[in-house]
Amino acid sequence: MDDHLELTAAYALDALDARERERYEAHLATCERCREELASFWTVSGALAHAAGGPAPAPALRGRILAQARSERPNVVPLRPRWALPAAASVAAVAAMLALGLGLWGTSLSRELDRERSARAGAGEALEIVSDPGAHTVAFRGAEGHIVVSETGKAAVVLSGLDPAPEGKTYELWVVENDVFRPAGLFEGGGARFVQALSRPVSDDAKVAVTLEKEGGVDAPTGPPLFETI
Amino acid sequence: MIVCAPTVVAFGARPKRTAPMRIRDHAHLSDEALVALVARSDEGALAELYDRVGGIAYGLAYRVLRDESLAEDAVQEAFLGLWRAAATFIPERAKASTWILTLVHRRAVDLVRREERRRSEPLDEAPEASTGSAEDSAWLQFERERVQSALRELPDQQREALELAYYGGFTQSELAERLGQPLGTIKSRMFSGLSRLRELLDDRAERDAWTTTSS
Ligand SMILES: [Zn+2]
Repeated sequence: MDDHLELTAAYALDALDARERERYEAHLATCERCREELASFWTVSGALAHAAGGPAPAPALRGRILAQARSERPNVVPLRPRWALPAAASVAAVAAMLALGLGLWGTSLSRELDRERSARAGAGEALEIVSDPGAHTVAFRGAEGHIVVSETGKAAVVLSGLDPAPEGKTYELWVVENDVFRPAGLFEGGGARFVQALSRPVSDDAKVAVTLEKEGGVDAPTGPPLFETI
Repeated sequence: MIVCAPTVVAFGARPKRTAPMRIRDHAHLSDEALVALVARSDEGALAELYDRVGGIAYGLAYRVLRDESLAEDAVQEAFLGLWRAAATFIPERAKASTWILTLVHRRAVDLVRREERRRSEPLDEAPEASTGSAEDSAWLQFERERVQSALRELPDQQREALELAYYGGFTQSELAERLGQPLGTIKSRMFSGLSRLRELLDDRAERDAWTTTSS
């Protein structure tokens, strides 16, 4: 029995003391096998969490968490870390654990998720763009939503509360540069909110516009934009 | 003309649900999409994640800590950790709820060890940890029963080691002392117990999937 595999179970249960934890994490950084095992054991300890059966939290906790989060805004651009909480040390610990745990998760789960990922490649791309900390955001004028553009120019649209396109019609996205409209994807609208990657990059001086077109989309817009970025 | 088929994130990834008292305009997004929005300072997304996982997280923290205000601290710190660090989460590769619960458990265990207040007895309170809709509660009830019945199938010594470690917050060395066993025995009980639990839960998932598709 590989002693490290037993330690992996103990680590997933948080049953190591501080020193053992530190030593195990050092090993983890070098051992793919333990990383895979840990990801799998974390799923099991997550199941144990569901069975814990404690009481419901006081309703006020939700508001306190949201108020504290609001007071720490913005968290997107960490130029001025605002860890001005009494629990500063624990924040560092959480951050370290996140960095470690998530990096590991990424490696270890990648294999088993390969199939699912290819099916969700487009969705994953949009998520990757909106979660890129270096991305910037441009609002739409005339609709509630914005375009998120990553540092590499990949873009995703985030829209709220747009009515579904009428029967036989579709919304079409355009990347507009020097008054030239290039198609960048179709969507149906409806639903409270959605996120979608654009099929072409958005440069710094480009705008993004949306028109209503016939089903299947068109090569050039047939009317003025319904709304576009500022 | 070539138009790339647009991919809409998470439409229908989760059944649309509404809570009576709140507007849940993020209700149709997957947990992972919500984390991505949290990374962009979307407060509504943080609220939605809390509505989905906060109750389970608090129930877990309370079971470990046996103290309302410490349990609240553990949950609050974990969610604020999420708020600050969501951008490091790899959305399509991990289950966001597992990630959040891992954070909460780590915080709760660290707090309980600092406070020296571990207790191993089961809880008296009737479980009602859901912060969400009736559908959330039903799902949580189902999941809890699924895990508890898998736990019941473990050999007593393995179940004891898992429960004292995970819900009691004991370290493996403390467990060895408490149970009067060599450390190696405790390690091996935790490893075997967790491995067996994984098998049992997988089997059940397969059986459930089979039942659903074949009925
Ligand atoms: Zn290893």
